[in-house]
Amino acid sequence: MSNNKESLINLLTQKPWEPAQAKVDNLHEGKTFNLHVGKLGLRYIMVVSTIMFCLFIVTYADRMVYDDWIRMPEPFLLWINSLILVISSLFFIRIQLASKKNNFEKVRRELVLIGVLAIIFLIGQLLVWQNMIEAGYYVSGSPANGYFYVFTTLHGLHLLGGLIYWVMTIKKVWKLDDSIVIRKAKHTVELCAIYWHFLLAVWIVLFGLMLFS
Amino acid sequence: MAADSYDDVAKNKESIPELEVAPQDLYHAKSFWTKYIFCQDAKVIGIQYALTAAAIGMVGLVSSWLMRMQIAFPGVIPMDAAAYYQLVTMHGMIMVVYFLTALFLGGFGNFLIPLMVGARDMVFPYVNMVSYWVFFIAVLILGASYFVPGGPTGAGWTLYPPQAITSGTPGGDGLGIVLMLVSLAVFVIGFTMGGLNYVITILQARTRGMTLMRMPLTIWGILTATVLALFAFPALFVAGIMMTLDNMLGTSFFMPAIVQFGERLTYDGGSPILFQHLFWFFGHPEVYIVALPAFGIVSDLISVHARKNIFGYRMMVWAIVIIGALSFIVWAHHMYVAGMNPWFGFFFATTTLIIAVPTAIKVYNWVLTLWRGNIKLTIPMLFSIAFIITFVNGGLTGLFLGNVAVDVPLSDTYFVVAHFHMVMGIAPVLVILGSIYHWFPLITGRFLNERLGRIHFWVTFIGSYSIYFPMHYLGFMGVTRRYFEVFEGDNFTYSITGINQFITVAALITGAAQFLFFYNIIVSSKFGKKAGKNPWKACSLEWQTPDVPPTHGNFGKELPVVYRWPYDFSVPGADEDYITQDTPPSAVANAKAEQT
Repeated sequence: MSNNKESLINLLTQKPWEPAQAKVDNLHEGKTFNLHVGKLGLRYIMVVSTIMFCLFIVTYADRMVYDDWIRMPEPFLLWINSLILVISSLFFIRIQLASKKNNFEKVRRELVLIGVLAIIFLIGQLLVWQNMIEAGYYVSGSPANGYFYVFTTLHGLHLLGGLIYWVMTIKKVWKLDDSIVIRKAKHTVELCAIYWHFLLAVWIVLFGLMLFS
Repeated sequence: MAADSYDDVAKNKESIPELEVAPQDLYHAKSFWTKYIFCQDAKVIGIQYALTAAAIGMVGLVSSWLMRMQIAFPGVIPMDAAAYYQLVTMHGMIMVVYFLTALFLGGFGNFLIPLMVGARDMVFPYVNMVSYWVFFIAVLILGASYFVPGGPTGAGWTLYPPQAITSGTPGGDGLGIVLMLVSLAVFVIGFTMGGLNYVITILQARTRGMTLMRMPLTIWGILTATVLALFAFPALFVAGIMMTLDNMLGTSFFMPAIVQFGERLTYDGGSPILFQHLFWFFGHPEVYIVALPAFGIVSDLISVHARKNIFGYRMMVWAIVIIGALSFIVWAHHMYVAGMNPWFGFFFATTTLIIAVPTAIKVYNWVLTLWRGNIKLTIPMLFSIAFIITFVNGGLTGLFLGNVAVDVPLSDTYFVVAHFHMVMGIAPVLVILGSIYHWFPLITGRFLNERLGRIHFWVTFIGSYSIYFPMHYLGFMGVTRRYFEVFEGDNFTYSITGINQFITVAALITGAAQFLFFYNIIVSSKFGKKAGKNPWKACSLEWQTPDVPPTHGNFGKELPVVYRWPYDFSVPGADEDYITQDTPPSAVANAKAEQT
């Protein structure tokens, strides 16, 4: 990378019309960051999602300070569901290591497990909803209820989106024809893992927020 | 890696190492469907965006005609108050989001980014294609609201609760508001996919030698606007989802305890002001999401058609970035009349006025670029000059409205309508029109008809001023906006009838001129004068493609190598008055670029 270590100030103070600067600029490869576009794309998506969740959290914080705020109960099942996400992330760390060592048998096996765990998590969340509704905590019951359902829905939808990428990852690691495909598959596994870790972090923040407010 | 001298590098390409990244794999279309409909070529996607935005923009234009007819000649076109508010709402939302944003970023962004940075295509062509079709679906959903019982929402383009989702507001208790909110959410999803491509293509897929500070200002404008959208659109998305839930499932995120037609609704404890904050946290950056690409594009048009390098390139870049950053801390100046702590008002008034500094720098730099330039009064240049004048006008009234004490009495008057139409309606549209005249030869290989173009320009320019200049006076006179009809029998209202009628006639004529423009586009794309390669003698890469119009992959077998910034005009010692970005120094050995 030609300008990876360049600070933003240095960059923005360049005088591109001067011959001395032109000497340097002519050697520039064109990339800004030494990152694969896929990884940068994933970061972009994570930033957009983070902003969205942050905005929800800001509105949540704005609302919870009022006197009429009624907390939601914290069903034990939510802890179990959280644990499933933690286990998924741990498995993904193992998958990343196995992928680096070209142990694709293990990658395949444990990737399937990731999918199973994700589906169990989603079913678990639906069960929490069912329990809440049976206990009379409807979405329109109080603002806290509304936020609970919104948070869990959006997080679940993000996980569903992740499952689409998971299917693509599975497809790739099942058809490893040559070295290029293997490299691409490893890359896809890494992106999938980063996204799963991100979803765990989002869930911990959301769950913590609902728990302690 | 080190080169001994500037010329060594240029003469000896072998001294440049191989790129780390392999050339991009492009999807080559095999049928009509994959070539023109579900196309993955950014240029075609750009045109698809532009055509769709123009089509829905026509709905917005006709809406404004109908509104103006009601204001000036009530009864000529029968309509009730509900229909009027529906027209106002749909006009506003269509023009801001579905027309201007989609056209600048989806249209110009897609067409120009890969060409101007020297890439074969966007980095994620498939996602890019999906982005357009998601946008198309958003437009269809919006359009569908015209055909549901109760019609589209008439809540005003700001969609403020509680009135947006209560009975009495057109579309408030039907599907109108739901379709609007769903359409916006879908738009945001589609735009996020597009934005992903714009940002990453600009950051990672530039050709060799294209540093960030060698990019044309058009690309800086689009990049910054896309980053703004990345931060701002989630606020619209969040607000849209929460209001949809309030409407559909009875949650109370924004809805307070409220009595409607004597009946206590089930809502309780929501905050309508919270919606306003979310909306304007999106809404104000949205102004710059539209304006920044216009700033960038007009800088390039002025430079090319004045045959002069852009004055203060670095400051232009800084100003774009600073305006973008500041746009996130001014949003509550749209809410002065909502009631706020005076210190908040003071804060937001101050930040609002600070934005005038980088904005003024840009205006000075445009004018100084023109100063002693070899100005060609081509149609793109005419539109560019018209933009500067209009933007200064609209910007100056913004200084008035940025102050709380002035804004409060003017806020609900036509002064505000005149201000924002000047600054974010007419000004960007003038840039759009100028840039279509500028890049039409690249898109089709032919010029637009000159005579029709000049008629179009003068009618549009004078017409726009005829519409919006008098509106300032209406505002001073205290004429309130949003009124469906001006009641008869009042001397005060009689005094404004003439002005209103004048404005309406001007609006009809100016709108009609746009159909002349469409006629010009259709006819000239087939029968226009052939333009050949680089007809404006521009320096930037989009004009240096081997084929005109550029084909799939843009640059033939080899990507261009960039040796200079895109503004080497009238360089002393050079044979021609321009040196293209891909001209190696050895080919212009006598040129003294540093002396321009």
